[in-house]
Amino acid sequence: MTISAEKMKEMLWTMVLSRRFEDELMDLCKIQGKIPGMMILATGQEAVGSGACAALEPEDVIITNHRSHNHLLAKGANPNVLMAEIFCKRTGCNKGKSGTLHMAVPEINAPCTSTVVGAGPPIAVGRAFAQQYKGEKRVTVCFFGDGAAAEGSVHEAMNLAGLWRLPVIFICENNVYAGAQRLEEHAPVLNLADRAAGYAMPGVIVDGNDAPAVYQAVVEAKQRALSGDGPTFIECKTYRCRGHGEADPQHYQPKDEISAWQEKCPVPRLRDTLQAQGVITAADFQDMENRAAAMVREAVRFAEDSPYPSPEEALEDVFAE
Amino acid sequence: MQKLGMGQAVNQALREEMHRDPNVFIAGEGVGVSIHLNPMFPTHGLLEEFGPSRIKDTPVSEAAIAGLAVGAAEAGLRPVVEIMFNPFFTLASDMIVNHAAKLRYLSGGKSAFPLVVRMKSGAGIGAGCQHSHNLEAWVAHCPGLKVVMPATAADAKGLLKSAIRDDNPVIFIEHMGLYFAPMPVPEEEYLTPMGQAEIKRPGTDVTVVTWSGMLGVAMAAAEKLAQEGVQVEIVDLRTLVPLDKETILASVAKTGRLVVLHEATRTGGFGGEIAAVVMEEGFRHLKAPLRRVTGPDIPVPASPPQERFYIPNDEQLIMAIKEII
Ligand SMILES: Cc1ncc(C[n+]2csc(CCOP(=O)(O)OP(=O)(O)O)c2C)c(N)n1
Repeated sequence: MTISAEKMKEMLWTMVLSRRFEDELMDLCKIQGKIPGMMILATGQEAVGSGACAALEPEDVIITNHRSHNHLLAKGANPNVLMAEIFCKRTGCNKGKSGTLHMAVPEINAPCTSTVVGAGPPIAVGRAFAQQYKGEKRVTVCFFGDGAAAEGSVHEAMNLAGLWRLPVIFICENNVYAGAQRLEEHAPVLNLADRAAGYAMPGVIVDGNDAPAVYQAVVEAKQRALSGDGPTFIECKTYRCRGHGEADPQHYQPKDEISAWQEKCPVPRLRDTLQAQGVITAADFQDMENRAAAMVREAVRFAEDSPYPSPEEALEDVFAE
Repeated sequence: MQKLGMGQAVNQALREEMHRDPNVFIAGEGVGVSIHLNPMFPTHGLLEEFGPSRIKDTPVSEAAIAGLAVGAAEAGLRPVVEIMFNPFFTLASDMIVNHAAKLRYLSGGKSAFPLVVRMKSGAGIGAGCQHSHNLEAWVAHCPGLKVVMPATAADAKGLLKSAIRDDNPVIFIEHMGLYFAPMPVPEEEYLTPMGQAEIKRPGTDVTVVTWSGMLGVAMAAAEKLAQEGVQVEIVDLRTLVPLDKETILASVAKTGRLVVLHEATRTGGFGGEIAAVVMEEGFRHLKAPLRRVTGPDIPVPASPPQERFYIPNDEQLIMAIKEII
């Protein structure tokens, strides 16, 4: 499959934007202490969200987890409202009720970010069921981690999706760690995609630091789903270069392992490929970085200038009126 | 006396009980190798001391963690398992609610399930409602489960040791806000019995019944009211099940007034149970209607001003007390 230059550039752009956005978050949280709560970043894993979302239409749905910023930006979320939500301001996408961990952006068909590990897949099954029920030619993509793959909920969801041939794409972002536990310490198999066989769906393994490879796998999964052949399980092999959260000193992660994976960083990798192919020039890339920096600066300014919600507004939004 | 955060006190209790009884083992997510290198956390250093056969890091699988405890307990082991945050109890709940709590009954009293499920609770960490949700009333509603919610490090240590030695399933809920403030803990070995509330401050004018993280709020309010000549008696429940009705009723008999204070949301909260007990068994002592001061009926919001709004504070407690004195 050849991937258009436009798609390639789109993937590179959302990766560059995500990286800048999260580097800024790291600084805001760790160095400036401006952001409350936990700060969970996907630095080095951007090829997964950016590759997958490039294969989706705006009407396709994503369900994501605690490590969501790249998924949401790649799906098209407005950086201003995400940043404001992360600052817990009233102008955030959820009026400050979610904060960084549970941002819901239904307007871009990213209706649920759950920090309850393993909660995404059953909800994705429901969303895909609705797509099938309504006869929409749409798919639902669910992002979850290697750790989440140990939750019973994930297995129930995969079983049901397999049984009902639902148009759902399970994207397991295998970043080697679940908290402080390495894959070998929390899973009896090294390829989580092996589990797909038990639910009658293809289990595909891709290099999770290769955005075009992820894109291609999702395009194929989408074709299967839309032709009625049901779900696909895609395991993206990648690596968590930063701590579980920014408070994690990574004492259990071998330093040379981290640096080896930093060498495989998906952003320069796609940049170099595209430059070698003549799809972009060095100046084009610099331009992307400048644009991302400007957007993130603007997002931070927007967030900082925005007010906090009033305390009493906490009482709103519990029930639909 | 040594001064410990509640996490350190829990850690001491775990160490002492593991040394005493080889059947005690610990399982949970990151109980051995943790992302935290912080000695204030409850399971810090246990892997180094007891090794991987007794300190079991598990996959992210709350149902299996709780089921592990149930099955192992029936075989005579004494599991102490950890569910990382109170809201994740929902994933373990079938094993705890339908099995840990009921299997002894279903066996006609033949089997016992000596297990402890520890979990962290409490708002105030800025992480929002999927990490902060106080669900003690859910578990207290299940016959067969004991429910412990200590407010001090010393109580946490003594109660956890009792819980581990108890032949019943015990849900042991630790408020995260109490991990980092050093509090006095006796050096010598001791047990604190479950089912006994403690008067944490004697007073004559009004009884405040509370538990867990709210004790500090009650103490602060009592201090302020004392300046105005109002003497507040604070009853720290320490265990919700079994409930020490006697201490509550004796205090209400003395003061004639009651305010229940809890961090959990109001509707269906355990405060309603305390109120009902006092209405049924202590109505004649009441000189005024009782009051509840609780979290509002909303999920805990992430935004700092809203999270502060959620958590009951001493001013609200003082207002409630002033309404009835
Ligand atoms: C049900 C549940 N259990 C435990 C946690 C605590 N927790 C948060 S993230 C995490 C590890 C998840 O690992 P993985 O699914 O591999 O995702 P990653 O963090 O590596 O992206 C854990 C245990 C949680 N949020 N929800």
